[in-house]
Amino acid sequence: MSENKKIGSTYSIPIGPVHPALKEPILFTFKMNGELVEEVDFAPGECHRGIEWMGMRRNPVQIVHLTDRICGICGVSHSLAFARAVEQIAEIEVPERAHYVRTIIAEYERLQSHLLWAGVAAHELGFDTLFFLAWRVREESMDVIEYLTGNRVNYGIVQVGGVRRDFTEDQFPRIEASLKYYEDVAGKLLNLFLEDRTIQMRCKNTGVMSEKEALELCTVGPTARASGLAMDVRYDSPYAAYGDLDFTPVLPHQYLGLTNGDVYDRIVVRLLEVVQSVDLIRQCLENMPSGEVLWEKKYPKILAACKKATGEAVGRIEAPRGECLHYVRMDGNTNPQCWKVKASTYSNQMSWLNMLKGEQIADIPIVVASIDPCMSCTDRVAVVHGERTDILTKADLHRLSVEKTRRLAQWS
Amino acid sequence: MVMILGVDPVLVLGGTVAVALFGMLAGLVFMGIERKFAARMQARIGPPIRQPFRDVAKLLSKDSIVPENAIPCLFNMAPVLALASSIVILLYIPLGGFLPVLAGYGDLILVMYLLTVPALALVAGGFASGSPYATVGSQREMVTMMSYELPLAIAVIAIAWRLAAAGIADPFSLATIAGTASGITIWSVVGPLGIIGCVLLLIVLTWVTPAELSRVPCDTPEAETELCGGLLVEYSGRNLALFYLAQGVKTVAMAALAVALFLPWNISWFVALSPNAALAADFAFFLLKILAVIFFSVSVIRVGMARFRITHVVSIYWGYLGGLGLLGLVFMVLDAYIGGGGVL
Repeated sequence: MSENKKIGSTYSIPIGPVHPALKEPILFTFKMNGELVEEVDFAPGECHRGIEWMGMRRNPVQIVHLTDRICGICGVSHSLAFARAVEQIAEIEVPERAHYVRTIIAEYERLQSHLLWAGVAAHELGFDTLFFLAWRVREESMDVIEYLTGNRVNYGIVQVGGVRRDFTEDQFPRIEASLKYYEDVAGKLLNLFLEDRTIQMRCKNTGVMSEKEALELCTVGPTARASGLAMDVRYDSPYAAYGDLDFTPVLPHQYLGLTNGDVYDRIVVRLLEVVQSVDLIRQCLENMPSGEVLWEKKYPKILAACKKATGEAVGRIEAPRGECLHYVRMDGNTNPQCWKVKASTYSNQMSWLNMLKGEQIADIPIVVASIDPCMSCTDRVAVVHGERTDILTKADLHRLSVEKTRRLAQWS
Repeated sequence: MVMILGVDPVLVLGGTVAVALFGMLAGLVFMGIERKFAARMQARIGPPIRQPFRDVAKLLSKDSIVPENAIPCLFNMAPVLALASSIVILLYIPLGGFLPVLAGYGDLILVMYLLTVPALALVAGGFASGSPYATVGSQREMVTMMSYELPLAIAVIAIAWRLAAAGIADPFSLATIAGTASGITIWSVVGPLGIIGCVLLLIVLTWVTPAELSRVPCDTPEAETELCGGLLVEYSGRNLALFYLAQGVKTVAMAALAVALFLPWNISWFVALSPNAALAADFAFFLLKILAVIFFSVSVIRVGMARFRITHVVSIYWGYLGGLGLLGLVFMVLDAYIGGGGVL
């Protein structure tokens, strides 16, 4: 029993890099005491594909489609964040209608992402019936996304300077039908997920993160909101059409009357955001202005504008999992000089350590899933040279980032 | 006729082979039907009913890998032991109009002991696997076993005790309890209070079944998303196929036990039939009753719930179900004293 060497009363269990509880590869090492978790460590980096490296050898119009492929679920979030960064550098003005189209598709993405998560969460709890139900409900949003953009995943709709397809008036009845469907089914979903005895038993007071911890660990998105932090990029620094829409960040106490910061609260927040997304899409449909949806129809002109641009910018948007940030730096070449992606899971993953400590093995899958991790968004580094494994400490990372900043400063 | 130790070897051997074949076939068929039930309730189409047969055939054709850390003899013996002991349980339980093959050589108490053997074989196999997942799974299986034994024992003892209180000879024999020969069952013995008690005990047994069979919500020892299959994580090929068959046989045995205790009626009691037709009709009706038990205690429960934590399993089975069983027992006792069962 080499893996299971007993040291006193503790033993270690590896979960990952491939494990049924994990939808993407990551390695957890747990020091267990009976059924209780004593210590946790995790090692991401199993899923790096070098997309930024590829991007820095392409022009922004090409990269925007590469960003679709960073994540299979939140494709629009990444392309939108990247497009916003480039638009700021090149001072491209996005037409008003394009903002609304972007908002609608981003909210549909949130719908399908949260419902996908709800299904996964149910599966992690061993409640497969609810998993099938949630994914069946999710299908409706996938169908509408396909109807609107032509694709079920990797929508390819965002372009630097706007969107590639307009949503026309004759498509609105289909959108309206799906919104009606979600309004009808929302009560049922809330009831099934939140009133079920076994789900309450498993999720209440599990994986608790206090508001203070959530703030200190810089968590973002539904994970932070479930701990009571009222932070939402859509609300705090509106982009696309969010400034025109009437909404406030979803917090668990709006439904429960109090905030516990447990897994149950994270289910509450995500399900309520499904309801909120329906409302936001409806507001967009009602207020949609007329006009063009792309700054310039001829792509070579967009490219030329990007090529002339110099400077740096950050595109921030609220992805379904939380803040998604793209840093782009252009130096007058076709290709960006620097492109950095920071996905929401990158900010959220450290909260696992506190959440998992003291929980049972049975809770590991649901607690890990509760921040809706997306490793393919997060993994930004892989050592591909030889067998050597380096572990960088905080001091090493600080030194490396200072060196890189100096290098960048010399280039410009 | 040659007799060895008072047993007719031909009858016992023939009966054992027949029961073993029936147990494995019926187990796989019922598992196929059960998967179909669950799929329909989850708005899926589900695999064809013959899927378990395909699974077993496929597993039997695959290599059986023994991990480096495992203890090979124990690791390979556990699946055989699990299947054999599951079949032995069936030898003591009446199947429709057929008396148990080993009637008269063991009673309800023995069946209760035998029910723990497949689980113990799983535990031994799990510990012998040398994998942390399997070790945790084995620990959980033992805890689960300890949790459901109390409610199971209460349900079983209460029935036998009530029959004894009614002055029926040999109350712990399953043939007596099922009334295969006499036509006297627990339901014809008890009064109104006893019927309430019986219903409570039936509910207890319905909930013990998923724990006994390691199905959701009590599949903690296997827990796919937590332990990737727990006890069975290192098993593959022939060994896994044997565990799969054992699971099927155990499902039939558990359902047959519930049928014998609580749903013992035979068609031939109500309709006059020729002896052969009666046996066939009773057997068909018995299969139907087994299907009903599997539907309610496996399919419905597993479709409607999330998995428990192991601590929940303990508190629910000891607390709630143990309490419910004791309440049922109290009703049975009251019934015996009020209903003139003053023989004791």
